[in-house]
Amino acid sequence: MVATVSTVIVFWLLVVLITGAPGWVDVQVSFLNPKYFWGSLPDVIAHFWVNVQLFMIAEVLILVLGLVLAVLRSLPGPAFFPVRLLATIYVDLFRALPGVLVIYVLGFGIPGLGIAGIPVDPFLWAVVALTLIYSAYVSEVYRAGIDSIHPSQDAAARSLGLSRPQALRFVVLPQAVRRVVPPLLNDFIGLQKDTVLVSFIGVVDLFRTAQIKQAATFNFTPYLAVALVFIVVTLPLARIVDWLVARDRARAAAGAR
Amino acid sequence: MTTHAATGAREALRIEGLHKSFGDLLVLQGMDLVVREHEVVCLIGASGSGKSTLLRCVNLLEEIDAGRIVVGGQEISAPKVDIDRVRRHIGIVFQAFNLFPHMRVVDNVSLAPRRVLGKSKAIAEAEALALLERFGLAEKAGEYPDRLSGGQQQRVAIVRALAMEPRLLLLDEVTSALDPELVAEVLDVIRELAAGGMTMIIATHEMGFARDIADRVCFLDGGRILEEGPPDRIFREPREDRTRQFLERVIAAGRL
Repeated sequence: MVATVSTVIVFWLLVVLITGAPGWVDVQVSFLNPKYFWGSLPDVIAHFWVNVQLFMIAEVLILVLGLVLAVLRSLPGPAFFPVRLLATIYVDLFRALPGVLVIYVLGFGIPGLGIAGIPVDPFLWAVVALTLIYSAYVSEVYRAGIDSIHPSQDAAARSLGLSRPQALRFVVLPQAVRRVVPPLLNDFIGLQKDTVLVSFIGVVDLFRTAQIKQAATFNFTPYLAVALVFIVVTLPLARIVDWLVARDRARAAAGAR
Repeated sequence: MTTHAATGAREALRIEGLHKSFGDLLVLQGMDLVVREHEVVCLIGASGSGKSTLLRCVNLLEEIDAGRIVVGGQEISAPKVDIDRVRRHIGIVFQAFNLFPHMRVVDNVSLAPRRVLGKSKAIAEAEALALLERFGLAEKAGEYPDRLSGGQQQRVAIVRALAMEPRLLLLDEVTSALDPELVAEVLDVIRELAAGGMTMIIATHEMGFARDIADRVCFLDGGRILEEGPPDRIFREPREDRTRQFLERVIAAGRL
């Protein structure tokens, strides 16, 4: 009851504040124009398919590469030091660089080298760039999952005669991956949104489509259509994450797996 | 209780001059121990006396600092020994069960026979079911470990170790994490194994059980075996003051 009342008051104040602003009428015309909204929505949705393809292909590659990186970083012993070092440098580098920079460098730089046989398709380099960036983040999620499995599980597996890779594959990883599903989904939400960055290297996705329309009409309303598409696809995913987290918490409280 | 350990039986395990420390903490300081086939040896001693560390060293879960460990004539502490191969023949059961929580009971038991010994899924599962049946766990085969009581979990852990047909079974305080009313069912399983001639080294705080089941009791103190002998003698007339003090504390705590 209190929540309802305070929510109504807060939203009412916001509405008053915004619609009372001196530039409200201009903003309404250039950002919230129904004509341009409905005019651009079908095209924006049609080009969202490009983002979906990007997302789906990159996602599979990210899951694989991220896992490989995480396993490489958790290899024990001095013999594997160079491997761990390289994997660590990779992860640090791609987490440090702004994503749009990686996309620029790969999308313009590599085709720009003009080497015969090197593909120039910006879609391809967009997939590569997103995979490189996000596998660094995802490998850290996996690694946290691996570290969260108690060493006694590995000891139990090894004591039965399983080799180190077998213990990892059959005992540690299945438990680790299960634990990190919610944070992985969070990263996917980020990836979904970051697919618009590829419009910078000439992939005509939904964002680029909106840009083209805006340039033709001098009206910003098409971006509203883009925002709507992302809200519609992201919200359910965010709710699923919340649900998974709540379920894991309930299980942990019950002392279950 | 058991009399399988004839004096002429072959050596199952020989430990000579075993040293192990964790940083500055010296845990094992020149441990010597010989266990013959079919013998049941109980390790007793205060917490921190090195019982668990000794067992973990025998299973090569800990790297040793000095000394030799020989199992069935093979020096397993030598460099370049295939650790995975050695472990197939040495089973260990832990205080905290350490079952794999993401696998059903039958999969816990059949995992190593399948992946290590290369048995087919059908054969490994059939054998696992037969073993579970033998220890009264058949109806739990399809359950996940978190649906089982502590006593049942520990019995599954023992069955899991047995599925590899070990020549030597190490039991590391396997009843310490159990509620008192669940201890008996686990001890009964161990009694049955002893009766069947399984060679076992048992670290335990259950003195009554040790007296009952052991062919030999070793009292660990300060990282070595201070005194060893038949249970009757160790518990009735210990020769060392430290042993006597330890047993008096145990009696005072109502554990004997």
